[in-house]
Amino acid sequence: MSTTAVEIPAARRLYWSVRRELWENRSIYLGPLAVGGVVVIGFLIALISLPGRIRTASALGERELREVVEQPFLIAALMLMAIEMIVAVFYSLDALYGERRDRSVLFWKSLPVSDLTTVLAKASIPILLLPLVTWVVTVATQVVMLLVSSVVLAASGISAATVWTHVPLLETSWINFAHLVTFHGIWYAPLYAWLLLVSAWATRAPFLWAVLPPVAIGIFERIAFGSRHFVTLLQTHFLGESPSDHASPVTMEMSMDMLYPPTLGHFFASSGLWVGLLVTAVFLLGAVRLRRVRGPL
Amino acid sequence: MAYIEARGLRKTYGATVALDGIDLRVNEGRIVGLIGPNGAGKTTALNAIVGLTPYEGELRVLGRDPWRERDRLVRDVCFITDVAVLPHWMRVTQALDFVTAIHPRFDRSKAEAFLAKTTIRPAARVRELSKGMVTQLHLAMVMAIDAQLLVLDEPTLGLDLLYRKQFYDALLEDYFERSRSVIVATHQIEEVQHVLTDVVYIDRGRIVFNRSVEDVESAYHEVFVHPDRLSAARALNPISERQGVGHSVLIFEGAERAQFAALGDVRTPSIADLFVAVMSRAQGAAQ
Repeated sequence: MSTTAVEIPAARRLYWSVRRELWENRSIYLGPLAVGGVVVIGFLIALISLPGRIRTASALGERELREVVEQPFLIAALMLMAIEMIVAVFYSLDALYGERRDRSVLFWKSLPVSDLTTVLAKASIPILLLPLVTWVVTVATQVVMLLVSSVVLAASGISAATVWTHVPLLETSWINFAHLVTFHGIWYAPLYAWLLLVSAWATRAPFLWAVLPPVAIGIFERIAFGSRHFVTLLQTHFLGESPSDHASPVTMEMSMDMLYPPTLGHFFASSGLWVGLLVTAVFLLGAVRLRRVRGPL
Repeated sequence: MAYIEARGLRKTYGATVALDGIDLRVNEGRIVGLIGPNGAGKTTALNAIVGLTPYEGELRVLGRDPWRERDRLVRDVCFITDVAVLPHWMRVTQALDFVTAIHPRFDRSKAEAFLAKTTIRPAARVRELSKGMVTQLHLAMVMAIDAQLLVLDEPTLGLDLLYRKQFYDALLEDYFERSRSVIVATHQIEEVQHVLTDVVYIDRGRIVFNRSVEDVESAYHEVFVHPDRLSAARALNPISERQGVGHSVLIFEGAERAQFAALGDVRTPSIADLFVAVMSRAQGAAQ
């Protein structure tokens, strides 16, 4: 008299698997929140001298004024992006390694959630969720910064419009959003997929296993063929000449423009994107396969 | 349909043979005790059944190939391959929330009823619980899953006697309520004795004994023999003999129980004593 159980939709399993990642890894939101908090506190202290600096800068010219006003907002965004990457890298390295080390993988495997669902849930954290969470925290941080600086400036007799014109909230938020999602999320997806693969494979020291093979390939290529195509490939993909990075950071002045996203057309037309996503898919399928085969450590 | 059907099930790790051609059939409505010394292959066999390890030979569980169709099978098979594998960061309520959300056969109120009998706080994290409490939590969740097949590997390890008894009583009660089969591997033979319908002894990757409890009752006799009648009793070919206080205890296989009445008190051997008898004979034969 076996009861026919209700079918549980795949989307629900995926949603709860992602939730479970958030339960386990609170650094996904605590990391960005902590950095946002530190930035706001630092900014509050810097506010004491802001009216003075604005007066000096406006005497010098429009460009200098913009720099003084905009700089803290840019630094806030960059700091949050940095923590986003740090959390994403450490999360990915531990995601499929930690559950084998503490043997909890045996519990997860006793439940009707497939290896594919689990790996997809884990991959969505660095590729989708962390960029989004970081974006929300960035917007919140910048809104707080805008509000307090408006109040402080108004109190010292400077128009609050000075900040709002140089830091247009909507545009800034859009730039941050596009940069985080397209560049930190989708463009970097092969990196996170690689880390997840290593995390599913390594029996110890996943960090070393993640770093050594690329280094070994680079050295091997240099010695055997005297070329450095592999290293250049990684460099151009992850550090420069991505569609998001149309100008080199060295020649460009520090401004919000450096985060400016490429047009969607430019982004989707780039072969680097598609090759990267293909590599991501291959790595993730490898991770699914490994999770199936590998037992606890 | 057989719930578990294994033919020539083999598993090797390098040069080590963990399972050396096992034939096993478990039908609906059985509670099978898989009993054997350490390293006999109990865990390997159970892992193959729940699709955690690939194998050679033929194996069908609920009519499916457990390695290839694991994702589908895991909805109808519920298992504990190891206690103390609950993630240490998880809260009791989170564990219940998660399983409720993703398991079509999980009855949350039942799990909560089990937990109410323990001292586990719902807000507690697994890392704050004692070893025994973690096992209690795990068992509470497993017992609340209406699975056709329940696979338990040393489920009561680290539990105190009272709770062990409670657990096996609940297992039995549950078993009478619905048609399911249970396969349980354990060292604590005495405690499972009264819940089993079948006994399987496994040694060095082979099944050396596989009988229903009814069979055991009709085919095995433990006789308390007075020293005077010992030689007469020995002439009947006991499979084992051990010394008791003021008498010898001999176990016989086959024949009618009445035939032994003249030698002394006759009863059914405990599964533990029978295990020792069968094992020492099997190991003697192997050497």
